[in-house]
Amino acid sequence: MNNKKSITNILVCGVGGQGVMTATEILAQTAISLGYDAKKTEVAGMAQRGGVVTSHVRFGEKVLSPAIPAGEADILIGFEPAEAMRWSTHLRPNGVAAVNTYRLAPPIVAIGLFEYPDDPVGMMRQSGVNVAAFEAGAIARELGDVRMVNTIMLGAIADHLPFEPEVLREIIVKGFRERKPEVAEANEKAFDAGRKAAAESASGTATTVA
Amino acid sequence: MNVLTKAENTAAELLSGNEAVARAVWEAGATVGAAYPGTPSTEILENLCRYPDIHTHWSVNEKTSLEVVIGASVAGARAFCTMKHVGVNVASDALMSQTLAGVGGGLVIAVADDVGFSSSQNEQDTRFWGRFAHIPILEPSDSQEAHDMIKAAFDLSEEFNTPVIVRMTTRICHVKGLVQTGERVVPDNKGFERNPSRWVMVPANAKNQQQVQFARDEKLAAYVETSPLNRTEEGSDKRLGFVTSGPAYMHVKESFPDMPVFKLGLSCPLPVESIRTFAKTVDTLVVVEETEPLVENELKAAGITVQGKNILPRCGELMPSVLRPAIAGLLGDDVAAEEPAPPMAVFPRPPTMCVGCPHLPVYYCLHRVTRTTNICGDIGCYTLGAGHPWNALDTTTCMGASMGMALGMDLGRAEADKDKGIVAVIGDSTFLHMGMQGLLEMTYNKGNITVLLLDNSATGMTGGQDHAGTGKDIHGAPAPQVDFVKLVEALGINPERIKTVSPYEMPTLFKYIREEIRQPEPSVIITNDPCVLIDDFSRQTPFKVIDEECTGCTNCLNVGCPAIHVTRRATEFRADGKEIAKAWVTIDTVACTGCNLCPQTCSPDAIVPVDPADLFKPAPAE
Repeated sequence: MNNKKSITNILVCGVGGQGVMTATEILAQTAISLGYDAKKTEVAGMAQRGGVVTSHVRFGEKVLSPAIPAGEADILIGFEPAEAMRWSTHLRPNGVAAVNTYRLAPPIVAIGLFEYPDDPVGMMRQSGVNVAAFEAGAIARELGDVRMVNTIMLGAIADHLPFEPEVLREIIVKGFRERKPEVAEANEKAFDAGRKAAAESASGTATTVA
Repeated sequence: MNVLTKAENTAAELLSGNEAVARAVWEAGATVGAAYPGTPSTEILENLCRYPDIHTHWSVNEKTSLEVVIGASVAGARAFCTMKHVGVNVASDALMSQTLAGVGGGLVIAVADDVGFSSSQNEQDTRFWGRFAHIPILEPSDSQEAHDMIKAAFDLSEEFNTPVIVRMTTRICHVKGLVQTGERVVPDNKGFERNPSRWVMVPANAKNQQQVQFARDEKLAAYVETSPLNRTEEGSDKRLGFVTSGPAYMHVKESFPDMPVFKLGLSCPLPVESIRTFAKTVDTLVVVEETEPLVENELKAAGITVQGKNILPRCGELMPSVLRPAIAGLLGDDVAAEEPAPPMAVFPRPPTMCVGCPHLPVYYCLHRVTRTTNICGDIGCYTLGAGHPWNALDTTTCMGASMGMALGMDLGRAEADKDKGIVAVIGDSTFLHMGMQGLLEMTYNKGNITVLLLDNSATGMTGGQDHAGTGKDIHGAPAPQVDFVKLVEALGINPERIKTVSPYEMPTLFKYIREEIRQPEPSVIITNDPCVLIDDFSRQTPFKVIDEECTGCTNCLNVGCPAIHVTRRATEFRADGKEIAKAWVTIDTVACTGCNLCPQTCSPDAIVPVDPADLFKPAPAE
């Protein structure tokens, strides 16, 4: 477990509209609640229009540059598998990734100008990344609300943070209790399901790995 | 809208640079704020409008925005406007003269440069305006500094009788960090002081005010040498010393924590003598600035030896990943060990139009006339029509340019292009911003252009803000609404040549486009369905593809809708031996808005509405 002096770097990537910013916002708020300094980047503008979206969150005793240098991310959350593959070299050696395997192919792939990689997660694993991969949307649907992908993905990395997973879980659930109490309990389950899916995927016991 | 009545002055909050600026403008006691939206500055006014006791509004363009706050300042109020870097080009006419007159109440302009091209047509460096307009430039390095420097800027504005620019970049605007906020203090409004020799910029008055400006330059040049906004930070490794500002400062500190830094907060005018003193304490001085070599050249002109753009890129962000190898090279260190693995090859994912976007049918139609037409585009979401699969824009330059450029392409055409139609495509907000004048130039000078005015009731690209054509103000309250038909008629378009059409009625839209291109006078075709991202948009029953009916013809893919996905491909041969690429499709019914565009392109009628009873069933796993 880290102390506050070293910086924890988490990179979240996906496609415009997937909730990438929300994930880093929750991570940054959690870090701040524990007394860390934190910075997070948000790229808006054209990225909203179905383009690549990344958000960096860094926390520690004192954070300077808000952007995680390539090769220094501790954790990668990929909301889309090809995007996770694109950004996987941003991870440090032995960095971990949690990847939602639901594919979003852009129109330029649909019209045949480019090909979608056959097995993005497999290619990440081949390059030495420790990947937990599962279809978060399927888990969310089982729990009754597709909008819980975000909570599931946060659950999936919770065991790799420099603080107890329960701290993150409590911040997420507290947020829902305040804004949307009717889905707070479902999000608790979603967080736990994400944690479980990641653990199973990493240990090779997963049933939902794509 | 949620109004922040009393913000607690306790723990630090996680705020973006834009949020911090809004908070500080309010704390500084400004009572007027105006802006035209522009990435990455937009959220400043979106946040400022939530504070009480300050008038805020969306401006028609950056020039009117600046003129409004100049007027408010002259009337005695603290006033604020914000814009993206290219907005200053529009506003500069007002800026370049008002700098002679000076200010009444403090006048601060927050300008957001798009270093790294996240959403802009150029990467111009706003710091030049400081030199050009003889005004101070402040450069925050994070959210806290953005907050603090806005407040300092109001004080400087009043102390030195000048507008002040706070220069942000994307990496300040859209980064969140902890900010310690303060209380609002509203200084007394001393009222308008009638003084034509100061406020009326006729030559005789302006000539006198120019001397006032020169005196101000000298006062500021002396002040910057002692300003607490500039500081030296010690370091043990004196092989190098850095002069840096803005987000680059953070990148330098991250990369070279043991090296001395001269941090510029108030970077114009440049504190040359303080930097000269600093230079003597280090072996080599390196200027790290985004983006132009402006500080570097001024230091060189002052006889100070510096390294700068000879080792660093002239564009883009100067991140640690850029700085480390460049500086290692300068020190003769081994750089290879630091280089991370190259990125894995993945298809590009450029921004694209939304599912069901009302611009999709416009470009589906325009794509079909590109061989016989030159198409001038403009700035907005519809600029994406230049991309695949439409490839239906020939030019894009700046806000409103489609009008004048189309007229110019009409007037300057070569013999080979004599039969070509000329089309201009412009959005509602852009038309009101700077397109109206170009249309008037076209009608007045008897040009023959077919204008497509895409009215989606929003300033779409920046997030769907209201404008003078939407009928709502910045708070969502009812407001007078421009009638585009009456407006273009008043600007000289023959009423018979004004067509209004729902873009989703593609056959009608296509008919209008073809007919109006053939007319011997200018036309305006107005499309009138809202942006899919705003509240006024309502979804219809989504569509699905009957797999057995799909022939793989790919017509629907030419709509460019991101909800249409290919399930399998094949190559077939026509009777004449020509290869045909086939692709069978499916529709993401969760994303589909039911806009009914793709069914209009499907000859076998394989695209049908989803049975409402099936809508909430879980989708099959991939």
